[in-house]
Amino acid sequence: MDITTWMFEWLEGNAIFTPNTLGYYWDGFVTTTQLVFLSLLAGLLLAVPLAILRSSRHKWISLPVYVYTYVFRGTPLLIQLYIIYYGVVFFDGIQETFLWPILREAFYPALIAFTLNTAAYTTEIFRGAIKATSQGEIEAAKAYGMSSSLMMRRIILPSAFRRALPSYGNEVIFMLHASAIASVVTLTDLTGAARFVYARFYAPFDAFLFVAAIYLCLTFAILFVFRQLEKRLLAHLKPLSH
Amino acid sequence: MKRILTLSVLGLAVAAATSAQARDYDNVRIGVDVPYEPMEYRTADGELTGFDIDLGNALCEEIGVSCEWVEQEWDGIIPGLMSRNYDAIMSSMTINDERRRQVLFSEPYITMPSAWFAPQSLDIDEANEETLDGMTIGVQRGTLQDNYVTDNFGSVADISRYATADDMVLDMDAQRLDIVFLDFPIGHYTLIEDNDGEYKEVGERISEPKEYFGDGFGIAFRQRDEALAERFNEALATLKENGTYDEIHARYFGDE
Repeated sequence: MDITTWMFEWLEGNAIFTPNTLGYYWDGFVTTTQLVFLSLLAGLLLAVPLAILRSSRHKWISLPVYVYTYVFRGTPLLIQLYIIYYGVVFFDGIQETFLWPILREAFYPALIAFTLNTAAYTTEIFRGAIKATSQGEIEAAKAYGMSSSLMMRRIILPSAFRRALPSYGNEVIFMLHASAIASVVTLTDLTGAARFVYARFYAPFDAFLFVAAIYLCLTFAILFVFRQLEKRLLAHLKPLSH
Repeated sequence: MKRILTLSVLGLAVAAATSAQARDYDNVRIGVDVPYEPMEYRTADGELTGFDIDLGNALCEEIGVSCEWVEQEWDGIIPGLMSRNYDAIMSSMTINDERRRQVLFSEPYITMPSAWFAPQSLDIDEANEETLDGMTIGVQRGTLQDNYVTDNFGSVADISRYATADDMVLDMDAQRLDIVFLDFPIGHYTLIEDNDGEYKEVGERISEPKEYFGDGFGIAFRQRDEALAERFNEALATLKENGTYDEIHARYFGDE
């Protein structure tokens, strides 16, 4: 008996995991991965320049970035999501602006909230890594006559990214788990699918255990990717012989 | 450790033995999902009121027990009853077969159809597969309206599911939804009466097929609390006879 017929026979035997509800879980899986991947990507692109500004010696450059990261790290993501989704409609006439086609869908307000949130955390992770660059490397770069932008590009950022990698891996996992709140703004993400199945079949254990298993698999995949990255990029930090 | 374990197992056994017998309730905790105007909502000064609340309190008084209302979001309201967070649900819950497998219902205490509501600008007279094609429909998650819309229009329309009816009305105001499907009185109160003509009812009110729309609203109990359900049924019959029921009905629905 091949695996698909076995699957279908097993599916026929239970009331909850019908092809129909598995379809909801699949849609939820797609929404969650899209949301998390896109917000992490956009957050990362934002965080690199912000982290450089944040490490500036000039107060008037670093302070605005600090205020931004402080606000977004100092308030719950759920509140940020509520403000961006339900809050914006209290601006009169927002429906007539060019922003409305974006804000109307639940997906984009969620994407904006998640991006701003992860960008704030990532900025601080990178800033820490930039600050931890050893003074010797900087002096050597200066001795070579590098300009500060060349030094940033060739010396500081490459080593800072390497140092930031383990904590950034954690941020990615946190983001995946934080995305579970997307269902409060009507998005059918993984948690949204589980809540739907739970409410329809009154089966909290089945609905949530199943979705927890999917999150575990996703986390495992993220861990694996970062493990490989660390192996390659941090190879020079390993002891020479083993 | 072992001793604690034995003791707690013993405790569990005792608890199970006592709860297996019909319990005599002096105090009944009732689960309710607020707001759902005019069935259950809060007045401006925060007091819990509504048809369910007034009728529930009158029933408790008739039975001679004290009642305590416990707020619970809709999608967890039946699991909350099972896990003993409260002893009954009186929250505009429609009696249907799917729910009968989980809980024990009282006799129906009121019957309400469901209805479609939309902004005046929506140019349809009837809600069906063709007219709803490509629209965004709002429903409250886990309600029979959700089940009906999901099964009948899930393939042609987008469905937005909300935890509370309030969030849904907010998004209707924000123009994120094209049309919503609600218990008729709730839609009528929150969208027609509380607004100045922005919204209209679309098509006929719906109470068929019974598979979805069931047999009216009932009070839900745990299966084993038959005695308690029986006491509520008797009290309901008394209130209907002595006019209290009609008085409460008129308070919220006028002469309708």
